Amino acid sequence: MARNILVVAELVEGALSPTTAELIGQGTRLADGGSVAVTLLGSGAGGAGSAAFEAGADRVFSGDDAGYDQYNSDQWIAAVTAAAEQHTPEAIFVAQSTVGRDLGPRLAARLNTAVAMDCVNVADDGGALKATRPCYGGNAQATYGFATSPAIATIRAKSFDPIEPRAGASGETVALPALADSRTTIVGRELAEAAGLQITEAPIVVSGGRGLGGPEGFELVEALAAAFGSNRAAVGASRAACDLGWYPVSQQVGLTGKVVTPDLYVAIAISGASQHMAGCSGSKMIIAINRDPEANIFQNAKYGIVGDYKAVLPPLIEAVKAAG
Amino acid sequence: MHFVVCAKQIPDPETPPSAFKIDAATNKVIPAQGFQPVLSQFDGIAAEAALRIKESAGDDTKITVLSMGAESAQAAIKQVLAMGADEGVLLQDPAFDGGDSYTTARVLAAAITKLGDVDAVFCGRQAADWDMGQVGLLIAEALGWPAAILAKDVKIADGTMTTTRVLADGFETVAQPLPAVVTVSNEFGEPRYPKLQQIMQAARKTVTTQTHDDLGLDPSEVGAAGSRLKLERLFIPESGGQVELIEGDTPAEQARNLVARLQADKVL
Repeated sequence: MARNILVVAELVEGALSPTTAELIGQGTRLADGGSVAVTLLGSGAGGAGSAAFEAGADRVFSGDDAGYDQYNSDQWIAAVTAAAEQHTPEAIFVAQSTVGRDLGPRLAARLNTAVAMDCVNVADDGGALKATRPCYGGNAQATYGFATSPAIATIRAKSFDPIEPRAGASGETVALPALADSRTTIVGRELAEAAGLQITEAPIVVSGGRGLGGPEGFELVEALAAAFGSNRAAVGASRAACDLGWYPVSQQVGLTGKVVTPDLYVAIAISGASQHMAGCSGSKMIIAINRDPEANIFQNAKYGIVGDYKAVLPPLIEAVKAAG
Repeated sequence: MHFVVCAKQIPDPETPPSAFKIDAATNKVIPAQGFQPVLSQFDGIAAEAALRIKESAGDDTKITVLSMGAESAQAAIKQVLAMGADEGVLLQDPAFDGGDSYTTARVLAAAITKLGDVDAVFCGRQAADWDMGQVGLLIAEALGWPAAILAKDVKIADGTMTTTRVLADGFETVAQPLPAVVTVSNEFGEPRYPKLQQIMQAARKTVTTQTHDDLGLDPSEVGAAGSRLKLERLFIPESGGQVELIEGDTPAEQARNLVARLQADKVL
């Protein structure tokens, strides 16, 4: 049953964000013969068209204007609704990102439809699209059907695979209207220094929690990450530790922080409440070090050490260094 | 000025995962023994944001707390009144049940319109049960107002709302004309804990109840009848297998054994 899909792309320095390619990939799988279009908004949109076609789109709506580079609701909404009016999609996908969290619900309201937020799957169930997403702090998941069209979903990073790039693919380019006005003035931005490996990209994430007892506990957490290799391991923190000011919010892992999917996640003095697990349960392997044998983290870990991190980490750091 | 705070009572998110159970027949969470429902924590922080602005303005800003729900919504209202809000509106009607974010926002927006003179609406960034994060924005869309989400700081002065909001990789400050909606995140800070005297004073504050008729809404537009997103299945996903607790007579031995496992698994 052919359906048109619209993907709202995000550009990072003129290139498609990794999640954009994932959404286009799933779009091609669900289109079933329909057309997959992508909105490209921002500087370099013109140049990103070929990447969109290689990723599986057959149509791009282009807004090559630096005015889109810092997301501004009124402007992005005007552009995406213009694309939707022309493309008449059955489904619209956006990443669950700074953009998607704001754009998703507004788009649903403007198009008189519904959005499912932070989805980990959107699939065809007997001809109807169903969205599955975590809820109850990560304790549960819910699957929804849509009573209205288009079905809009904001989608978690790494929920889908991109397709094998279609080298040399081409398609139709449609220019969008000029940048719209906005009621919102962006007064300023303060971006965290992108120093070193990002926790969302690192193959290994070593995280500390409230059980560290104080900010100085992170010295050992950082030392363990360094032992794995600073080009491989990044440091994360639970929300409790960040709320206490022990570690920067930019490193927060959890439902209201960042969702990470490393090969190895080491949880140190973290109880493993579901809101934290929501941020790390996609990890290939979880290891936990905690003084409390009853801690929920042990329900989600492959290996665990019940013990005081102050006693366990120094020899663990030496053992990891010796292995490397 | 007149501010509105939207509040929701939810099952306690501190309920340990081992006590979290679902009734598959009704797609509902079975209330865990010994865990009382609580005000969704982000709504408490939204109330805190409104109260701090009221206090620093030093004028007679009024704060009205709205909650949609059955009896449990009364507790949410009482909590925010005890924190310092002035009046409550309970939106209670069987027609409101079983809805989704869209119908919830529809009801709240109608109640805000009925109040007539609202300058700003404060919501939590997401309800800590469903974690959708839509209602604040949908209220803004229903009212045609600008909105800023994920606020870690909010200032209101001279007809402008200035919000510092959380981005994935930092913070951004935006300015929008009133009336406006803001959704507040945990980065804002801790909500105040009402003292006993404030809790008792709250019992004397006015709480009115409104139904779909009072709001001029048709039953087909709200609750299950008006919902657009249809919940089909609520379930607990399978978790991984058994943990292997690493043995060792000393932490050093445990550490070495763990590393040996990781090497055997080719992770190291």
